[in-house]
Amino acid sequence: MIHRYEFLLALAVALFAMGLLGVMVRRNLLVVVMSLELMLNAVVLSFVAAAAHTQTLDGAAMTFFIYVAATCEIALAMALLVLLVRRRGTLDLAAGHELKG
Amino acid sequence: MIVDAFIVLFGVLALVFAGIVLVARQPMRAALALVAHMTSLAAIFACLDVHVIALFQVLIYVGAVMVFMVYTIMLLDDRDLAYRKRFSATLVPGVAVAVVTGLALLRVLGPAGPGAPTTTTGLGPFSFSAFSAAFMTRYWLHFELATVLLLAGIVAAWAVIREER
Repeated sequence: MIHRYEFLLALAVALFAMGLLGVMVRRNLLVVVMSLELMLNAVVLSFVAAAAHTQTLDGAAMTFFIYVAATCEIALAMALLVLLVRRRGTLDLAAGHELKG
Repeated sequence: MIVDAFIVLFGVLALVFAGIVLVARQPMRAALALVAHMTSLAAIFACLDVHVIALFQVLIYVGAVMVFMVYTIMLLDDRDLAYRKRFSATLVPGVAVAVVTGLALLRVLGPAGPGAPTTTTGLGPFSFSAFSAAFMTRYWLHFELATVLLLAGIVAAWAVIREER
């Protein structure tokens, strides 16, 4: 019988690896940003699992700061993304490679 | 125990919806799968009795961040080239790096140490009052620094929008 904390940590690791996979293999810039959110969510899950395991508040309080950082990140990322699409006309990450000069 | 069954159920749901985010062709479908994924994680947090974080997850992530993302998707053209080709040229190295990173993390984390006994009486360590007291006493400096970070984010987003004009 697997322990609850170990199951949650394994789940967090799997979600983090899936987020990393999305960042590396997806072509659409929006989905890459979503994969970054997947990775952040995996970190939040590991913090909360550790807090629930040790019954201390520190890990759970830390997630609040992760939320603040994620909110800032997404606000800036969306503004930059719209700016990039206006300049290049596409969300494709590989489109920049075709530029010459 | 029934709580463990719910944690496993929502964990599997979170994995499935994360997989849909990775393979969905349309960004709107990926965004909706991400909403379902975050809601599943909030359910796991609620099962762990960390209700404050579950509320934060639903209010901030699902309510604010994802709505923002959905608005951005609606702003953009849906005939984009990136919608037709899903994966970049680094598909095989990307899969290899993700698998190796996952295995390495599992190896580093190792088995669990002895946990604290769960409290069954009173409000427990994760009540709203415990969070409020911690943010007013132990984490007051971090809390103020977080507000500065948010202000910097607002100024930076405003600067980007000015550039756009």
